Amino acid sequence: MTQVKMTVNGKTASGDVEGRTLLAQFLRDDQGLTGTHIGCDTSQCGACVVHVNGQAVKACTMLAIEADGATVDTIEGQANADGSLNVIQQAFQDHHGLQCGFCTPGMVMSAAALLKDNPKPTEAEVRHYLDGNICRCTGYHNIVKAIMAASGQDVSAIAAE
Amino acid sequence: MPKDGGIGASTKRREDVRFLTGNGRYTDDINLRGQAYVFFLRSDVAHGKLTSVDTSAAEGMDGVVRIFTGKDFEGVGGMPCGWQVTDKHGQPMQEPGHPVLAQGKVRHVGEPIAAVVAETLGQARDAAEAIVVDIEELPAVINMKDAVKDGAPKVHEELTSNLCYDWGFVEENKEAVNKAFEDAAHVTTLELVNNRLVANPMEPRVAVGDYSRSDGEHTLYTTSQNPHVIRLLMGAFVLGIPEHKLRVVAPDVGGGFGTKIFHYQEEAFCTFAAKACNRPVKWTSSRSEAFMSDAHGRDHVTKIELALDGDNNFTAIRTDTYANMGAYLSTFAPSVPTWLHGTLMAGNYKTPLIYVNVKAVFTNTVPVDAYRGAGRPEATFQLERLVDKAAHELGVDPIKLRRQNFITEFPYATPVAVEYDTGDYVATMDKLEEMADIAGFAARRKESEAKGRLRGFGVNCYIEACGIAPSNLVGQLGARAGLYESATVRVNATGGLVVMTGSHSHGQGHETAFPQVIAEMIGIDASMIEIVHGDTARTPMGMGTYGSRSIAVGGSAMVRATEKIIAKAKKIAGHILEASEGDIELKDGMFSVAGTDKSLAWGDVTLAAYVPHNYPLEDLEPGLEETAFYDPSNFTYPSGAYACEVELDPETGQVTIERFSAADDFGNIINPMIVTGQVHGGLAQGIGQALMENCAYDSDGQLLSASYMDYAMPRASDLPFYDVDHSCQTPCTHNPLGVKGCGEAGAIGSPPAVVNAVLDAMRSGGKDVAHIDMPVTPSRVWAAMQG
Repeated sequence: MTQVKMTVNGKTASGDVEGRTLLAQFLRDDQGLTGTHIGCDTSQCGACVVHVNGQAVKACTMLAIEADGATVDTIEGQANADGSLNVIQQAFQDHHGLQCGFCTPGMVMSAAALLKDNPKPTEAEVRHYLDGNICRCTGYHNIVKAIMAASGQDVSAIAAE
Repeated sequence: MPKDGGIGASTKRREDVRFLTGNGRYTDDINLRGQAYVFFLRSDVAHGKLTSVDTSAAEGMDGVVRIFTGKDFEGVGGMPCGWQVTDKHGQPMQEPGHPVLAQGKVRHVGEPIAAVVAETLGQARDAAEAIVVDIEELPAVINMKDAVKDGAPKVHEELTSNLCYDWGFVEENKEAVNKAFEDAAHVTTLELVNNRLVANPMEPRVAVGDYSRSDGEHTLYTTSQNPHVIRLLMGAFVLGIPEHKLRVVAPDVGGGFGTKIFHYQEEAFCTFAAKACNRPVKWTSSRSEAFMSDAHGRDHVTKIELALDGDNNFTAIRTDTYANMGAYLSTFAPSVPTWLHGTLMAGNYKTPLIYVNVKAVFTNTVPVDAYRGAGRPEATFQLERLVDKAAHELGVDPIKLRRQNFITEFPYATPVAVEYDTGDYVATMDKLEEMADIAGFAARRKESEAKGRLRGFGVNCYIEACGIAPSNLVGQLGARAGLYESATVRVNATGGLVVMTGSHSHGQGHETAFPQVIAEMIGIDASMIEIVHGDTARTPMGMGTYGSRSIAVGGSAMVRATEKIIAKAKKIAGHILEASEGDIELKDGMFSVAGTDKSLAWGDVTLAAYVPHNYPLEDLEPGLEETAFYDPSNFTYPSGAYACEVELDPETGQVTIERFSAADDFGNIINPMIVTGQVHGGLAQGIGQALMENCAYDSDGQLLSASYMDYAMPRASDLPFYDVDHSCQTPCTHNPLGVKGCGEAGAIGSPPAVVNAVLDAMRSGGKDVAHIDMPVTPSRVWAAMQG
């Protein structure tokens, strides 16, 4: 067992992990941050996307020991300080960008990373960026629309949600 | 304009807040004190005799609590099947046993052989690797037509063959149908495959078993669409636990699409092992495991024929289908190719004579059962591809041929045993033609051609039977359960209320939509209403969510219970207001006496029910809580017309969806935003089936598509924005809300339109191909273009 220490959502988080423990497992099982979901075992689905030192990372693709000393942000830390939904989260609710909610944390974290790098993405850019995030419920229509709306673009011409 | 929170309003979903902030409570988020983890050692061969399972090296490994094999389950019941189909000779289907852990033989890759319970999942997995399994391999049967040949290896030795049943429907019509084909002016024939799919809800299945020695109560937390069904099946047929000692909880569930209806071995194992090990036992499926243990969907091979008279009227349909059951009968498997498929073969058309033959076949593959649409997509695909082919052969417009044969008068009794109550197929087709901008297609085709691409246009119609199901009818058809739904409405003293429903939400938004109905009925704010579901200890015995039944059946039960609440509340109000209950009106949450200014607020009446100081105690019990069980008198029949426009790159065979229009008739609608979202998701799954998804086995029974590296899940860049309309509304006549259900339509209605569009594009490029099987991958298109 190896001790790891990192900053998760602004707070210090530490624990003893096996060499094979994934960051996703550390967050879920050791830290109780169950908003990070695990939907596959081949790093395809993106339900586990978190930010490590500001970069979007699939937490099932990184060992917990690799994240030692890092700053990690998860879905639990995304809401505004007063607890209200942030702009992206609110856009997902406003545009019905989620159904079962399982892929949602990864979608929100990926969307945040996209909008940081590309504040006004086109539809094609959003769809391309979401290549690593699978949703089985929404058919993506409302997710793409929500992300474009969160970027401040007018989405009223896109068919209704 | 509907009031926000009332019927017809696109009220934003209240459940979203917890999902968007990481506060959902899915089964894998549940961890119990002292919990151990189980890892299943699964068969890596498709068919073989299990000669020994040696666990001795694994037993002493770090962290191992206990290892279970088939021996531990010798006296335990097998997995039950919930539907018995009777074949065309009046004989019951062949029904093999289905053990929790393999008994002497393995019959598909992924069948659980042993289960290691350990302190950690890693230790359980390590120990499983040390188990030595000796399997004497047997030849596997994978192809259905090979499986029913004389001398084929048998999946189950105790059965007479690999044929589960040979079903004829309607058997009495067979001769008349054959005669109609002899007399036909034209016959169109089509052979096709409805490709095998994996449902793939994003949340893999999870089960956590718990047992309390203090009161002998078992609890199972599981990813289920119907916890009461699991409690009944597992308690009564597998483990012998009475309902009062067994609680099944299905908390937030991350998508179901049918595959979380069924009772699975892992649920029974965790419940059993929790008692045997005296500690909670948790199983979390990996995605790779899900591919070889979740029930698969579709997998039909069909020959279908259409007879037409000299005026292009449909006179008869005849089908011959092989339906894969896999190695064992999953919970509702036998019903899918029969009662959910044969009864839909009339589609939207007044074909007077229909005969459907289905041979259900055992193979050495994962069991196949209901997947979004379940039988209805298979029926729709056959019929709508066939009609398109007929139109092409006859040189008539496919939309015109459809319109000419539409059913236009309702109710309409089909020759396949069901009666459509309402519909307006002309209206949905009119709407579709407007949405799809058919007039502009020629110009769009030109634009595509200028880029070196071919452009194709395809349509289809669909009808589905949902709101499952009238219990009397399905009982006659072999269902071993009733398919009613239940609701308890509990009004609290200060006026808020809780609805405990047997329906289950795993993405459908019941927590938002159900309160909209009650808010409208009583005239109170929707925020005063809470929905409780997914826990057998908190909800009345109900059948769960599948077959687009929640609002049509569960919603109806809720309406009936609320009507009882209102009736009682009016009696209480009448007493307090010193008026006859018949004169009491309820509007906007106020009770008033007709023709007077006397009134009483909702909260005053609810308080009086629990603080009965001024109350008609001699006539009425205190309290305000009512339960209703609603059994529908018929299925509901949503219908619609869909259009797809594709672009095809003749150099690569790549097909892209450029436009998709869907005009649906769902009857009345509670929350249009949620309904549209349901259609979007269904369309993505239907387009996925048509273009990308395929569950593939090799001839030895190895599953070739067992991860997201191999099974092509549709991504955002594979799909377009959809144009969805549900303004055509012919309300259901037999349920109180006039609703029909919308969950499966998109998946049922979309595959034929896609394939019809691809063939149209190919024709425009000079390649007249009669049919192309799904998934219409670039390699298949390219090969067909070269052929």
